[in-house]
Amino acid sequence: MLDSFLTQFWPATVDGLSLGSIYALVALGYTMVYGVLRLINFAHSEVFMVGTVAALFTLTTIGVSHELSGVALIGMLLLVAVIAIVVSGVTAMGLEYIAYRPLRKRGGSRLAALISAIGASLFLQQLFALIVIPRLFDLPQVGGRLPVHSPDWVRLSDVIAIGDFVVRNDKLLVVVAAVVMMVALDQFVNRTNLGRGIRATAQSPENAVLMGVNIDRIITATFAIGGAMAGVAAALYLMRFQETNYFVGFLLGIKAFTAAVLGGIGNLRGALVGGLVLGLIEMYGSAIFGSEWKDVVAFVVLVLVLMFRPTGILGESLQQARA
Amino acid sequence: MRYRSIVRLGVALAASSLVLAACGGGGDQATGGGASPSGATEAAKTVKIGLMGDLTGENSGIVIPLRNAAKLALEEYNATNPATKIELVEYDSQGVPEQATALAQQAIKTDKIVGLIGPAFSGESRQVGPILEEGTIPSISASATNPLLSQNGWKYWHRIVANDDIQGGGVGDYISRALGAKKVFVIHDNQEYSKGIADVVSKTLKGSGVNIQTDVIDPQGSDYASTVNKVKAAAPDAVFYGGYYAQGGRLLKQLRDGGVKAQFLSGDGSLDAGLAKGAGGNNADGAVVSCPCLIDPTGKASPASKKLADAYQAKYNAPTAIYVGEGYDSATAFIEAIKNGNTDPESINKYLATIDIPGVTKQIKFAPTGEPTSGEVYVYLFKGDTYSLLGNAKEASKPA
Repeated sequence: MLDSFLTQFWPATVDGLSLGSIYALVALGYTMVYGVLRLINFAHSEVFMVGTVAALFTLTTIGVSHELSGVALIGMLLLVAVIAIVVSGVTAMGLEYIAYRPLRKRGGSRLAALISAIGASLFLQQLFALIVIPRLFDLPQVGGRLPVHSPDWVRLSDVIAIGDFVVRNDKLLVVVAAVVMMVALDQFVNRTNLGRGIRATAQSPENAVLMGVNIDRIITATFAIGGAMAGVAAALYLMRFQETNYFVGFLLGIKAFTAAVLGGIGNLRGALVGGLVLGLIEMYGSAIFGSEWKDVVAFVVLVLVLMFRPTGILGESLQQARA
Repeated sequence: MRYRSIVRLGVALAASSLVLAACGGGGDQATGGGASPSGATEAAKTVKIGLMGDLTGENSGIVIPLRNAAKLALEEYNATNPATKIELVEYDSQGVPEQATALAQQAIKTDKIVGLIGPAFSGESRQVGPILEEGTIPSISASATNPLLSQNGWKYWHRIVANDDIQGGGVGDYISRALGAKKVFVIHDNQEYSKGIADVVSKTLKGSGVNIQTDVIDPQGSDYASTVNKVKAAAPDAVFYGGYYAQGGRLLKQLRDGGVKAQFLSGDGSLDAGLAKGAGGNNADGAVVSCPCLIDPTGKASPASKKLADAYQAKYNAPTAIYVGEGYDSATAFIEAIKNGNTDPESINKYLATIDIPGVTKQIKFAPTGEPTSGEVYVYLFKGDTYSLLGNAKEASKPA
């Protein structure tokens, strides 16, 4: 058991960080919306799913016919990411506009918004399975419930290889892209006017209004940013796995939400820490006990962390993030 | 094979299936022509044979070919102007057990079928079995392979395909005999069918002294990196995966991307072009997949299967597919019974207990449990987007 852990330590670390980066990016969407609205946006997993479909559609439309590497790969990834960001961001904003805003305006309870979120999530899944995916990829016969694949567009190569420590280019790209996005977002929230508005709203919506913050605008922006991060995650996911399906967001969404809670929900840096920690725990857990135990290990760790630190690893929430 | 993987599709599909079940239960898709049940007044007597399976659902791809084949057999028979004609009545269960039980009641009470081809999947077979038992309707399934089905003491139930125990044993022997593997990594996705076949393969291989290591993947997950790392660390001669093709393709892709070059094998759940599609590129080339079914368009195993494949191609303008031979043989068994003057369920069932005629895929003969007496396992080789028959698992050699 332990020797299998030792022999797999480096591969598990690399894979854990790469998986965790995607968790972290999706976790941002949960954590930001929670910070501002105190609402768990369960439809966020579908924002991610929509992003993967957009990214896949971009790839098939461009018709990448051979495997890319180096600058061409990064360029293509950027293009795919930009489109996924736009589509996911717009989806998230639309979601807010249709599923949450009317409830908020009428003073609906948070529970009502939660149910609305679950409804929106199911609606989007089935919409994509029944209509969007079959139409987009011309699969009237097969339908939209089976996975759709992108052309092979990534030439895999090892960029770092020191003994057991081997890092493949796609895994490295995922981690680098995720960290860059995180830092950019952190700076954005801490240094810009809009970011200050987001923090103010998170701290106290009433006072923020009194200080002249346009809450609706802030909420829209929060959803858009969370959606954009899910779009980045979607593009990276498609680079790693080159397939998607209407249900792809479900498990990943649960894991990302777990990562957000683990790191401290409402806390941006917590999402990064929570995502990476969760990814590593899953991989180490599988290496030691076998892959069927990975969720057990991950959730035992989550319970333990929450027992001693009920607010998660980094604890504080968005409003207290240092400026 | 083929439990509907409701877990995989989650709450969403479960909810929609309930709706479908509710609609389908009272549906009228199963009512046939206007032939009176007794048929006594007609010049030629007509009896009804039912066919139940997933005809429009997500796994219908493996049921429609056998339905077509059964139809072909019955049309050939009816064209000979026999004393008793056979009408085929289709029951679209969509593979949903609740829907299948409602349709089975309808088949027995309203349509008064004298025999049933199906149900196609193991899950629905388990639910429909007791109803057919009570209604004393003989059934022959062409594709339900769960080993437990024959252990219920059902007297009217039969199948024409070898069960997963036999398949697992067959492919296990193939791995140790033809591939000469000393170290094998066995992976499954924890679904009932998948775990079942993977366990039998492990047991068989252990019996012949092969070193086994195992791991389990999450059918809903997409990142199998931890499994890939384990396989890499183990450096096996072969990898056997028990499960369906959607996950199998994904796993195969990640194994190959991760630099694992070991021979990849799987069972009938992965015998679909979708395996190659999911694996991407030419990752599936050389993968060997076993099946208790015979898909043999070139007549490699028997001239009869080439004849059937040609007839199938001519009628449906499509190449022969999974369970075509088995579907044809199921229909043949009923035809033979009826040809010999057995037109009520009880005498047909008695006849099936003694039937012993050559079929397309095997000798049509049933053990008292309802299992076929001969159960051959075949192995298929993937190349490009398709697969071809490599041979009987007992004799086939290592793929070149």
